[in-house]
Formats: sequence, C-alpha cells, structure tokens
Amino acid sequence: MEHIAGNPNAPVFGIAAEVSSAAELYHAAEKVRDAGYRRWDVYSPFPIHGMDQAMGLRKSWLSALVFLGGVAGLTTAVILQFYPSSFEYPLIVAGKPVNFFTVPAFFPIMFELTVLISAFTATFGMIILNGLPRWHHPIFSWDRFKKVTNDGFFLAIEATDPRFDKESTRELLEGIGARHITLIHDDA
Amino acid sequence: MSEGTAVMDASSAAAKRIERAPLVTNNRTMSWISDRVASCTERRAPTWWWITFTLTSSLAVVSLLCIAYLISTGVGVWGLNHPIGWAWDITNFVFWIGIGHAGTLISAILYLARQKWRTSINRAAEAMTLFAVVCAGIFPMIHVGRIWMVWFLAPVPTSMGIWQNFRSPLLWDVFAVSTYFTVSILFWYTGLVPDLATLRDRATTKIRKFFYGIGALGWRGGNRQWKHYEMAYLILAGLSTPLVLSVHSVVSFDFATSVIPGWHTTIFPPYFVAGAIFGGFAMVLTIMLPARAIFGLHDLITDDHVDKMCKIILLTGSMVGYAYAMEFFIAWYGGNLFEQYAFINRATGPYWWAYWSMIFCNVVSPQLFWFRRMRRHVLPVFIVCMFVNAGMWFERFVIIVTSLHRDFLPSSWNMFYPTWVDIWTFTGTFGIFLTLFLLFIRWLPMICIFEVKAVLPEADPHYHGHHKATIEGGGH
Repeated sequence: MEHIAGNPNAPVFGIAAEVSSAAELYHAAEKVRDAGYRRWDVYSPFPIHGMDQAMGLRKSWLSALVFLGGVAGLTTAVILQFYPSSFEYPLIVAGKPVNFFTVPAFFPIMFELTVLISAFTATFGMIILNGLPRWHHPIFSWDRFKKVTNDGFFLAIEATDPRFDKESTRELLEGIGARHITLIHDDA
Repeated sequence: MSEGTAVMDASSAAAKRIERAPLVTNNRTMSWISDRVASCTERRAPTWWWITFTLTSSLAVVSLLCIAYLISTGVGVWGLNHPIGWAWDITNFVFWIGIGHAGTLISAILYLARQKWRTSINRAAEAMTLFAVVCAGIFPMIHVGRIWMVWFLAPVPTSMGIWQNFRSPLLWDVFAVSTYFTVSILFWYTGLVPDLATLRDRATTKIRKFFYGIGALGWRGGNRQWKHYEMAYLILAGLSTPLVLSVHSVVSFDFATSVIPGWHTTIFPPYFVAGAIFGGFAMVLTIMLPARAIFGLHDLITDDHVDKMCKIILLTGSMVGYAYAMEFFIAWYGGNLFEQYAFINRATGPYWWAYWSMIFCNVVSPQLFWFRRMRRHVLPVFIVCMFVNAGMWFERFVIIVTSLHRDFLPSSWNMFYPTWVDIWTFTGTFGIFLTLFLLFIRWLPMICIFEVKAVLPEADPHYHGHHKATIEGGGH
C-alpha cells in the first residue's frame, strides 16, 4: 500500500500525510518538532492559532522589513518636500516662512508616504519571504492535496531534512495517526 | 463560563443569554463554506445579474459620456458660478470617499479589536471601499477643468519651474487619497490570496485554473507561509487604521484650513471621520442585504451581523448629530458674527430644506436602531440605510454650498442650480460603482472563505468534540 505522487523516477521531495482536524494537526506538529525535524511544514485551510509554537517557529521578521520600508517612506517625504520647497522653489504663500518652521505643514504627506511604502513592503515582503510567486511545487502533484484549500489538514517532511529517512519518517507519521501517507517525488 | 455550561443544559434562559451566538449558524462545515461562497462565482450568471448589469453599465456609460462632454467643453457645463465654485463635484467626492471608509473600518479597525464577526463581511466591504474610491477619484480629477494639466499635481521636476505647494491641503489630499487607494488594494489583494487558491483548486476549466492560479501566486497554505501572511495582514491592518482616519481628516482640511465661515472649524476632522463611517456602514448594508438574500448567505451573514452594524450606525449617527449641535454652539459661543450668520442661514436660509433633510436622515432616522426589533428586521434596516445614504450626501452639500453661497460681499450672493450634466454625472457614478460590484461578485469570493473557517469552533486546535464547543464557541 505504497502511495506515490509525482514522477517515480525523479528525486524524492518528501513524505506527506493527512490528518483529520486542526487539533490533530496541532498535536502532530508537536510530535514532529520533538522528533527533531527541521525542514517540514503543516498545511491547513486557515492559519491555526498557536501553530508557530507547536512547530517551534520563531516570530516572522517581516515586521523588521516593514520598519525599514517606513523609514524609507518618511525619508523620501522629508527630502521631497523640505529641500525643493525651501531651497529650489521657495514658494511664499500667505507670507508663511519657507525655512525650517514650515515643517509642520509637511507632516500629512510624511505620514502618507510612510504608510504607503510600509504597506508595499508588507505585501511584497510577505510574498518574497514565502518564496512566492511560483508556478509549481512538488506537493501539488499529490491529488489529495487539493483539499488543503477546502477542509484538508496535511503535513509534509522534506527529503532535505538531515533526519529524513523513508522508513523512520513514515513510522513517525504512522505513530502520529496520520493517514494517506504518501511518498512525493518531484515532477520532472 | 465553566459553571454556565451545566446550567445551560438545564436550558436556563439567563445562561443562554450569556453564551455568545455562533458566528456561523446551523453548524456548517468547512467544505459547505467553500462551496457556498465559491459557487457564486462558478455557476452561470443568473438572469437577474444580466438585467442588473445591463442597467448599471448603461448608467456608467451615461456618466462617462457626461465626463467626456465636460472635458471637451469646459466646466461651464456644470452649474458652478461665483461665489459657488465648488458644488456637486466636491460634494460627490466627499460622499464617495466617505463611503469607502466603512470598508477599511471593518477590515482594519475591527481586526485589531479582535471583532471576529467582521470576517464574513470584510471582503465585500473592502471591495466597496475600492469601488467607492474609484467613483470619488473621478470628481477632483475632472473638476480641475483642463484635465490634461493634472500632472501639475505630481512633484515632477521640470524645466518649466513648476513646483507644488506642499503646504496646501489640496496637495495633501492628492497624496492621502492616492495612498488610501493603493493601500486598500494591497490589503484587499493580500486577503484574497488564500481564497484565490481555493478557487484555483476547485477550478474545472483551464481558463479558471490559469487566472486564479496566477492570482493565488502558488499559495500552499503551509504554516511557514501563514506565519508571514498573518504578520503582513496584521501590519496592513495596523497601517490602514491611522490611514483611514488621516484620509478623511485631510479631506476635512480642504475646508477647515480656509477662512470661509462654516468651514473654518476645528471640529471638522473627527466629525468628518465619524460621518464617513456612518455613511459607509449604511452603504455596506445597502448592498449586502440584497446580496445575502440573493445568494442565500444567511448562515454566514447572520442577523447578529446586521444588528451589530446597526449599532455602529446608531453610534456614529449620534456622534454626527452631536457635531451638528456643537457647530451651532461654537458659532454662538465664538461670538463671530459671520460664523453665526452662516449657521443661522444654514438652518433657516434658502437651503433650509437641505439642512433639515440632513438632520432628519442622519440624526432622527437612525434613532430607530435603539430598538432591537428594528435592528433585526431587514425592511426597517434597509429603509434607514437609504435615508442615511441620502442624508450623508445632503450633509456634504449643506457644508459646501450653504457656506459658499453667501459671500462676505452681499452683492456676490448667489444660488446653485445643477445642470443636467451635474445630475447625470453623479447618477452615473452609481452605475460605475454597482457595475464594479456586480463584476466583483461574479469573479471573486465575496466572503473571506479562510477567515470564516477560522472562526468555526473546530478551527480551535484545542477543540475536542461538541461539549467543549459550547464553552469556547463564542471565541475568546
């Protein structure tokens, strides 16, 4: 009862299996974490509360990127407004100064550009950190995996993990109570 | 709560009231949610859709033709005059942009406040935001007259020696509105990615698989992806919250930084923001109630959702009412004769009918929502929302036109009469708005599928069977 997905002659991507609920996936993740695996993931139709701890993952560092994006936006706004409005095109309106004291009038656009560049960084940073966009992934060659965006809960341990071993990894997944344990090959 | 469960079995009415109502009724499963929401985009377009689409897109074309006429002829085709240089154009701009704000409030502020009931309405509300901002953006763009010179608004260094006045609220507005539109698109798209993956995995035709596949970016739903995803979503919510408050504050600065009596008041930013949320929630209900009825989404958008939105309308409507009263108080208390005249003229002058329509629609009609019965019946809710939609348009008209039509010099006093171009351009924007919304419900999931699944009791990793669900069912 060997389940195989992908091209059997291609290198092995990993072993994947299905569990029946978010709670089961959570406990399965704790066990895989405790077994010392590093290159593996759990897949679910929605983010599961507390799964990062169950997998032993640290906080996403996207926030640090967004901070840099915000600083870039603020700097852009300061330079864009202050330098030309004070030195290149000193436009005097209603007798208001064009020197440093005019800065409060620049605050709204400083705020807007900070938000704008931060938001771009948040969206595109998330996409890049997730390794997206990509056309294909070996796990998509497993037909059952289509359920992941509906009501399926899966986990996959990748062959690049130093502890990966076809037999012992399979036994671990069986011990957890996972079903449809499948050996996944790359496609090409 | 733990002792409450024992009592609940004995069907004590008091304990039932303490237990929170489920966010998804009738114990629907995850695949039911996927099916129900995705099938709206998969079935053939029903007849009503084609009929409505034909009507709204024709109306949209009318608006575009009026705009073409305006641009080719000049702003003289509108009823503008001296001293009323702003009338329906800016009224419509503020009206539409305000409507957009409810979408951001639902998607960002309620997210930060952990209001889980937002999950079934945020997608459509965000779409509404985008389409409302599209309609809003048209008016400032075309009211400049010579539209081929709008690039003067962009800070492009040129040899012509032109540089923007960055101390002008009108330029702040350009940045605020365009930032708002861009960030709303990013937020909306980020929220769509996992749902596009759902549509991709359900796709039966090559074309659907291709386009939803592109949109889903190769999303796999791995927790290593969700981790960054949730952080991105949280940050976007955190950014959008001050952004939405800033946008309508900046819109109000267009008026408040001038010296026109009736505009020059410090109450404007918070008053405008409250009004925007008020009018926006009314518009959300105006389009969600028919959509819910047509697509049979009553288990996802429950009466509790409608009830909660009505409470927000009541709250913000009362805040707006307070602001109307406070404007009068300050006009009297400030002792400025011009300011006093502007307000007395508003209520009793030639535009008294607009003022009192506004008061009736925005302050009086939402008071019905004090009664639970009124909040839970579709008909009164819909009627009040239509009043609020109209009232919020009148509010902007009253603020703009009644403040302008009495200039400092009585010889300049005038009245504003809209031309047919004014009327059809504005009416046509409803066509643009509804056409975009109809396309949205045909092509994209109008309810956030993955977030609704996440509020089901079995989405909790500590859920083990039914008994526990009664304890934790309402979320924490």
